[in-house]
Amino acid sequence: METLIQQIINGLVLGSVYALVALGYTMVYGILGLINFAHGEVVMVGALVALATVKALAALGLPAAVQLPIGLAVAMIACMALGAAIERIAYRPLRNAPRLAPLITAIGVSIVIQYTVVLISGRSYHAYPELLSTRSFDLYGARISPAQIAVILISTAAMAVLLWIVHRTRLGRAMRATAENPEVARLMGVNVDRVISLTFVIGSAMAAVAGVLVSINYSVAHYQMGFVLGLKAFTAAVLGGIGNLAGAMVGGLLLGLIEALGAGYIGDLTGGVFGSNYRDVFAFLVLVLVLIFRPSGLLGERVAERA
Amino acid sequence: MTPPLLEAVGISKRFGGVQALKAVSLTIREGEIYGLIGPNGAGKTTFFNVLTGLYPRDAGEVLFAGRPLPLGNPAAVNRAGVARTFQNIRLFAHMTALENVMVGRHGRTRAGMLGAVLRTATVRAEETAIRQRAEELLHYVGIGALAGSLAKHLSYGDQRRLEIARALATDPRLLALDEPAAGMNAAETAALGGIIRNLRDDGLAVLLIEHDVKLVMELCDRVAVLDYGEKLIEDIPGAVRRHPKVIEAYLGSAA
Amino acid sequence: MSVPHLWQRLRNEAVTTSRIHRPLLLVGCTLLIALPFLVGLGFGPAWVRVLDFVLLYILLALGLNIVVGFAGLLDLGYVAFFGVGAYVYALLASPHLTSHFPAIAALFPAGLHGPLWLLLPLGALVAGVFGILLGAPTLRLRGDYLAIVTLGFGEIIRIFLNNLYQPVNITNGAQGITQIDGLRVGPLALDRGLDLFGLRFSSLHLHYYLFLALAMLVVFISLRLQDSRIGRAWVAIREDEIAAKACGINTRNVKLAAFAMGASFGGIAGGLFAGFQEFVSPESFQLIDSIMILCMVVLGGMGHVPGVILGAVLLTVLPELFRFGAGPAQQWLFGRVVVEPEALRMLLFGLTLVVVMLLRPAGLWPEPRHRRELAQ
Repeated sequence: METLIQQIINGLVLGSVYALVALGYTMVYGILGLINFAHGEVVMVGALVALATVKALAALGLPAAVQLPIGLAVAMIACMALGAAIERIAYRPLRNAPRLAPLITAIGVSIVIQYTVVLISGRSYHAYPELLSTRSFDLYGARISPAQIAVILISTAAMAVLLWIVHRTRLGRAMRATAENPEVARLMGVNVDRVISLTFVIGSAMAAVAGVLVSINYSVAHYQMGFVLGLKAFTAAVLGGIGNLAGAMVGGLLLGLIEALGAGYIGDLTGGVFGSNYRDVFAFLVLVLVLIFRPSGLLGERVAERA
Repeated sequence: MTPPLLEAVGISKRFGGVQALKAVSLTIREGEIYGLIGPNGAGKTTFFNVLTGLYPRDAGEVLFAGRPLPLGNPAAVNRAGVARTFQNIRLFAHMTALENVMVGRHGRTRAGMLGAVLRTATVRAEETAIRQRAEELLHYVGIGALAGSLAKHLSYGDQRRLEIARALATDPRLLALDEPAAGMNAAETAALGGIIRNLRDDGLAVLLIEHDVKLVMELCDRVAVLDYGEKLIEDIPGAVRRHPKVIEAYLGSAA
Repeated sequence: MSVPHLWQRLRNEAVTTSRIHRPLLLVGCTLLIALPFLVGLGFGPAWVRVLDFVLLYILLALGLNIVVGFAGLLDLGYVAFFGVGAYVYALLASPHLTSHFPAIAALFPAGLHGPLWLLLPLGALVAGVFGILLGAPTLRLRGDYLAIVTLGFGEIIRIFLNNLYQPVNITNGAQGITQIDGLRVGPLALDRGLDLFGLRFSSLHLHYYLFLALAMLVVFISLRLQDSRIGRAWVAIREDEIAAKACGINTRNVKLAAFAMGASFGGIAGGLFAGFQEFVSPESFQLIDSIMILCMVVLGGMGHVPGVILGAVLLTVLPELFRFGAGPAQQWLFGRVVVEPEALRMLLFGLTLVVVMLLRPAGLWPEPRHRRELAQ
């Protein structure tokens, strides 16, 4: 029973990070219909910028309680700029190009970002300082750390802000209109280029938050951390139904839970034949199964074939 | 009397809360031009898409040449002998006109991957036959000179003709045309009418969905009227034109 | 006469009349045969090795081109088929199975040493079956959904390769499989080299000729398929799937054919790779490799065979150029190595991808639009 609760906690923590990153994918997909392959790198840059900021602040002798919020803010600003730049350089010139062209530039940008980071800060794993207390709380026999609590709280807050923006502001309405039909939105006076740019900016801010949170949780950051995380988050977005915000959140949490529970129980389920190494197989199998029965994801709209 | 070529019985289709088709039944005879008209949103295109296998139906059956039509499977419907065009033209834009029609021969030819690689005498003969038939059909619809142009570079009227040629390439017994005159000028419409008559004279049955009531009345041997997903009447054009329900459906109730 | 036109003529003639421009063909063949010697003399054996890999990547890129370029199905897990082919060869031409399974050892007292003529087709077949296994459940998916499922499939295969060493040791996990038999064509062991007519053909040279022969075969198959009933059906599906169905095309079967065919090319390349390296491990079959092959196809010119070949050549040679150049260039410019050459190399590579796609969104050498219009 304790393991079950423990795995659910771990799954929710992992899942909220996936959800944050998945939102970035799904927003861009909803508006432009393309996979922003470089999104994972934004997460990584967020984690490393926050780390550099925190170190600088610590050198100035500021207390940890101040370091984290400032580090997070700086990371968000840096990533917002990065996101806008990616859109401007890699996607905007190719908006009417063949479908796969932006995918390749995105891969190129992703490689460029990774190795720029390597040139600046090297290939080693960077230890994250302990910004939060490490004393865990007991929850029905399972343990939950302050870092895990922070992940869940901060990501929930970030998602709430995002939903508010999309559903309650002028910008959000323009975003939804653009996603529905860019041409018509343009005719109605929406500055489509600006909306698309801001979509990347907002998604990147979420990515920065995710990068900081995941690094706090695992106490480590690395130039390749964005790749796998991005991959999982994209999977989550597809699982939920890409283009759908609620879908990204549901998909993220679900994928986190599946992975945590799968890793915890796969050994028992298969009589020890398969170990937790197969965690990712589990995640992808669930994805394939969901898509076979619901080709547009869990919450995706069923787009009927139109004649 | 010979049995009808196509007999649709009780076709129903619902989209969410909207009953798009309510037990529609109709029959099409060999070698006739059959018109299906009705106001916007009457369910014409829905019926068409169910008949050609694109939409799954909720109820009903279609007998075609005495056999049940494999509804729900567009490719199988086509191979059974019902070919179609699309309201908003769907050509293979980056293929030439000739290649578009050659694709239409797919279901009537056999060469597989091994044949394609080895290019045996049989396969070569088949390719030649495909190409010849495609060229004939382009001439038939009057765009033989445009065989080498990319489909997307053709004029609107020629694209409509090309779509008809591609449908004919599948050797149909019934050709279903979804608003073929939409967006055409008077001269193009008249030419289209000529092609459709030729098809009938060559023994093909034609199902015509059309907004242009005048064209339908001129061209069709029999006409059915759909309104709110129900068939109001099925008769010769003269009778349909005078039917009070039809006048009401088109002009609104007199009250 | 420019190169594209030359190619066009070659292709049109090869396809339509099979009467090929003789002198031209002769020059081309001589050049291809002499190439490893020219490269070896000019740049050293390391570059002959690069040449061998260029040919392997051409095989892979042409295979993926069938799926992505011809049929328009985005596949992000293609390297899995390469891996399947490699492991088929590795398992059936190495002591791994006999040393871990006494039953197999009893069956093959002299050890497992499958011959090339059997293992390559077998690898192609097994990879093709995997292609169908992947394709069958996923064909209803549209565009990017298919992409993510193929990506997942690629990862699943890699994870299995990495972990199937317990409870029974099938793949030897991350350590990979060693002591794989080198490639043999009849009595000729390619890894021993050969002296003929007073010329020394090194192992790298001999592999080059074998790979070249298979690459030519795959080019031939690709061109024939493209200009056939099936090839037209693939393009039709890529252009408009619903219209293709309305033309009587059984899209499921035709897509499966593309998956199977593309996968089998990957399987052949895998077998060659395993025999060439005499070692395989899951590390060679990662997502980044799938992405690299996709980049070759798209950057070269999707669906256009010579473009895809160009893409494979460039994206294999460029990183090597950067690798050989990144260190010395810095030495020369600054008198010392300022930044890590490997990172610089990748950086340049990423930049190349971005710049090329921005300048030529349809690829470096796409199918000339006019060709189709003029050819008829």
